Amino acid sequence: MENSVAYEKATELRLGLPGIDEPAVLSSVKNNKRPLHDEKSGENGKSAQNETAPPSKAQIVGWPPVQSYRKNNFQQAKKSESECGGIYVKVSMDGAPYLRKIDLKVYKGYPELLQVLENMFKFTIGEYSEREGYKGSDYEPTYEDKDGDWMLVGDVPWEMFITSCKRLRIMKGSEARGLSCSGV
Amino acid sequence: MQKEMAYSFPDEVLKHVFSFIQSDKDRNAVSLVCKSWYEIERWCRRKVFIGNCYAVSPRMVIRRFPEVRSIELKGKPHFADFNLVPDGWGGYVLQWIAEMAGAYPWLGEIRLKRMVVTDESLELIAKSFKNFKVLVLFSCEGFSTDGLAAIAASCKNLRELDLRESEVDDLSGHWLAQFPETCTSLVSLNISCLGSDEVSFSALERLVDRCPNLRSLQLNRAVTLDKIANILRRAPQLVDFGTGNYAAELQPDVFSNLAGAFSSCKELKSLSGFWDVVPAYLPALYSICPRLTSLNLSYATIQSPDLIKLVSHCPRLQRLLFLIQVLDYVEDSGLEELASSCKDLQELRVFPSDPFGVEPNVSLTEQGLVAVSLGCPKLQSVLYFCRRMSNAALVTIAQNCPNLTRFRLCIIEPKTPDYLTLDPLDAGFGAIVEHCKDLRRLSLSGLLTDHVFEYIGTYGKKLEMLSVAFAGDSDLGLHHVLSGCESLRKLEIRDCPFGDKALLANAAKLETMRSLWMSSCAVSFGACKLLGQKMPKLNVEVIDETEPPDSRPESYPVDKLYIYKSVAGPRFDMPPFVWSMDEAVKILH
Repeated sequence: MENSVAYEKATELRLGLPGIDEPAVLSSVKNNKRPLHDEKSGENGKSAQNETAPPSKAQIVGWPPVQSYRKNNFQQAKKSESECGGIYVKVSMDGAPYLRKIDLKVYKGYPELLQVLENMFKFTIGEYSEREGYKGSDYEPTYEDKDGDWMLVGDVPWEMFITSCKRLRIMKGSEARGLSCSGV
Repeated sequence: MQKEMAYSFPDEVLKHVFSFIQSDKDRNAVSLVCKSWYEIERWCRRKVFIGNCYAVSPRMVIRRFPEVRSIELKGKPHFADFNLVPDGWGGYVLQWIAEMAGAYPWLGEIRLKRMVVTDESLELIAKSFKNFKVLVLFSCEGFSTDGLAAIAASCKNLRELDLRESEVDDLSGHWLAQFPETCTSLVSLNISCLGSDEVSFSALERLVDRCPNLRSLQLNRAVTLDKIANILRRAPQLVDFGTGNYAAELQPDVFSNLAGAFSSCKELKSLSGFWDVVPAYLPALYSICPRLTSLNLSYATIQSPDLIKLVSHCPRLQRLLFLIQVLDYVEDSGLEELASSCKDLQELRVFPSDPFGVEPNVSLTEQGLVAVSLGCPKLQSVLYFCRRMSNAALVTIAQNCPNLTRFRLCIIEPKTPDYLTLDPLDAGFGAIVEHCKDLRRLSLSGLLTDHVFEYIGTYGKKLEMLSVAFAGDSDLGLHHVLSGCESLRKLEIRDCPFGDKALLANAAKLETMRSLWMSSCAVSFGACKLLGQKMPKLNVEVIDETEPPDSRPESYPVDKLYIYKSVAGPRFDMPPFVWSMDEAVKILH
């Protein structure tokens, strides 16, 4: 069993307090889920983590130790506090200066939702296929689900989508393509 | 002389005597007395508890205990609750059900925790056990309402269906209608985890109507406040009730209907649910508050004054769970109120409403907990989230509550020192373990050095479960715990600088524990392999989702490590990102 100081230094994992010289090494915020149902194991260029809207501080996986069903429940409370019954989510579009809010409960399915988004932000969404996501346009509608993962709109059944969607983001350009092409 | 006595009792007499012995520990002791007692005992054991589903195989259990009627299984490690265990890790119950279906036709009770339960498993349960009575799926996942429909339809004498904290694929609310009209046996139904808006309420009402023995009912969030009165009037015998969402526009007739319905429940002692609370409806509970012993408001987004008003009506409260709101004014005063009105309080849990908020909002501090410790001498179990702590406060709490058996403190920011002195919180937690001699469970947080582990190893003689995060300086810390805590069964560690030395020096200790979890620590792959080789009674599993551990030098630390004692050998259902260190198992996938 190795016992050298060098070994110990090398295998030392520490979290520094803010302001201390040592770089803070957070346990990597791993994303277990594939953002898409894609069989190609593409290069792990951008983890879906990078595409999350920047939090006010880096979040550590599993800390504080609050179970996900508790977190989810409170999130939903925040949403539906003022609006009885509606599922209101924020919608952002890359490049647009402000966000919008829509009530997912009002729509019956994906076609209607996508139509509304196109009208709201004056753009065209490409054609959706399960294998390749949205083709034919620079834009891709994505959403953040209950677990904090960014998913492509349309992959899961509508009912599941509206209960798990926390917010929408219409991605543009290379980022959008990255999301649909990368496997992990 | 004792040998003669043993042989002079016919087996039937011994069997009858053993039937009064319910606790597993006692039954295990009985089975060790002599061979004939072992034989008699194993034939009459009806209840088996398996704390780690991989510690033993279904076949082994069936071979030893052929007449089991009730089984309890636990699967994933506790840290799975916080997303530290990747999806697909394991904990599948199907094989257990399949083997028991053949061996235990009279199996009546299945209780599972943190296991993956598929619809196939549920369907198998439904058709294999004619006398099935109790199904508890605690924090399980993998099944949908289709599986539940199978259970409802087939289990003619179902008494208990409890899905608490499970993740259910909610395909349709109509599964409830699958309970046949002849099913009148329900005693307990917990569907609080279901999300669907479509829980067939009329089916639920009819079910409640025809089950006169229903004692415990927990509705899900989709059930609206106006429906509560209907349910309660059909089940005034309820002892334990969980509302759905507790919000509606204030209407006098709805209010009085609700208040009347609650007051007609003369046995009601425990309440939960309360999603989306509208405070104006809380007074509807006042008539039953004096009888309440347990109140779970941990989803209730109500402000402190409303909480206090409610709690002040509940002098008999023994158990209180609530959600702390991030507010501008101090919440501690609320806890002080609680401390003065609920003298019987035994268990307190305070959850954070905004766990990721950056502002060090001083809405709740250590003062609240100190106040409760002072006012509630019967306090035994604490779970407390806060943003600051001091050694002085911890010492006070320890001195006020020597009867604590469970103490879980989560200071939200990792490595937070004593806010008064900026010292580590070693002395404070040290006081806890020193004064609370019956402490069985402890969760640490804040800035902690190896010293706190020295205290724990010295005083924590009854400690069974320890959770550690972002603490310690060196292997010495881990060594103190492993060498000192005689009763330790479960140890879970994340983000601590503990490495090979302590683990290898205390390898034998691991065989006396149920399990050890270490993630983001400093244990090398080489040490894991060594443990796997030297300790055949342990399963040593390395979890790494990025690349195989042997693709790097042996000195490289592993990402996650899970070690548990097992008589079943390495498991066969490991996903690609879990590697067994057992010599017999190929390491490369």
